[in-house]
Amino acid sequence: MDLDLLSRQLIERYQHGMPLCAEPYREMAQVLGCSEAQLMRCLHRLELAGSLSRVGPVFEHTRAGASTLAALAVPVERLEQVARRVSQYPEVNHNYAREHQYNLWFVLTGPHRQHLRQILDELEQDTGLIPLDLPMLTAYRIDLGFSLGAHP
Amino acid sequence: MIIPLSQEQMLDLRQCLERGLPLVSRPYDNLAEQIGAHHDQVLQQMQQWQDQGLFRRVGLVLNHRALGFVANAMLVLDVPDALVDEVGNRLGRAPGVNLCYQRPRRLPQWRYNLFCMVHGREREEVTAHIQRMLEQQQLSDLPHQLLFSTHAFKQCGGRFTPPSSQVWAHG
Repeated sequence: MDLDLLSRQLIERYQHGMPLCAEPYREMAQVLGCSEAQLMRCLHRLELAGSLSRVGPVFEHTRAGASTLAALAVPVERLEQVARRVSQYPEVNHNYAREHQYNLWFVLTGPHRQHLRQILDELEQDTGLIPLDLPMLTAYRIDLGFSLGAHP
Repeated sequence: MIIPLSQEQMLDLRQCLERGLPLVSRPYDNLAEQIGAHHDQVLQQMQQWQDQGLFRRVGLVLNHRALGFVANAMLVLDVPDALVDEVGNRLGRAPGVNLCYQRPRRLPQWRYNLFCMVHGREREEVTAHIQRMLEQQQLSDLPHQLLFSTHAFKQCGGRFTPPSSQVWAHG
């Protein structure tokens, strides 16, 4: 979608560091030099266009619970079906097809590690495919949002 | 002195937050109402969680694809264990790298231990960008692969909090 100036400013400035106060949108509007109503309209537009998933905290998974990246090597003719099965779990928040022998990649989050292991075991039993279980060991860069300009 | 939230209210609040703040002028009043608390209690709890590092960031969570960043590559590298911290720190600072994690190998199926995410508008550009980056960092000789995503089956925020109370049912 084409972005107007305010949308760009919002995206560049507020993927992190949003104020924690009773009227956060008003404070953000003051910083960006627009009215609260303009800012809210802008957020609604981005949401309607599907560009904005939500506003609020992204949890630090090492503190909020457990998380892992998992992958399956799925025969192509079964990919849609297995992907649907994987997506059914509320614990799955990202589920992507990728070009590789391991062609289905998904992120699992849950209250603790054992809970995630159970889901992977269930998936293995249901699909007959053995998942790769790749929990994060070290973070060298965490996702702090992305810049509209600094990308290829 | 503001009364702290009960354990149950905290769980309910976390579930609400995982779905995002309401886009209304006073979003914490709205959340407070949902969990049967006062907005001061909710804001105090938010500040505490923030101070404790429970939040990685607070702000807009965007959908790259809808914004036109449809070329999403996962770069995986097989880095000697003794070098992985150094290489990880370097790639983590490189422009265009959104995320850089060390993960375990699973031999013999999976040899790669360093993962970087790079988003861009076009696949050729992303590929060229990554090749340039690896050359500049003198890492082109490391075994590596680029896994482009071809379809997003699901994309939403993490659900860490187990279902506990009425809030989940309204979900």
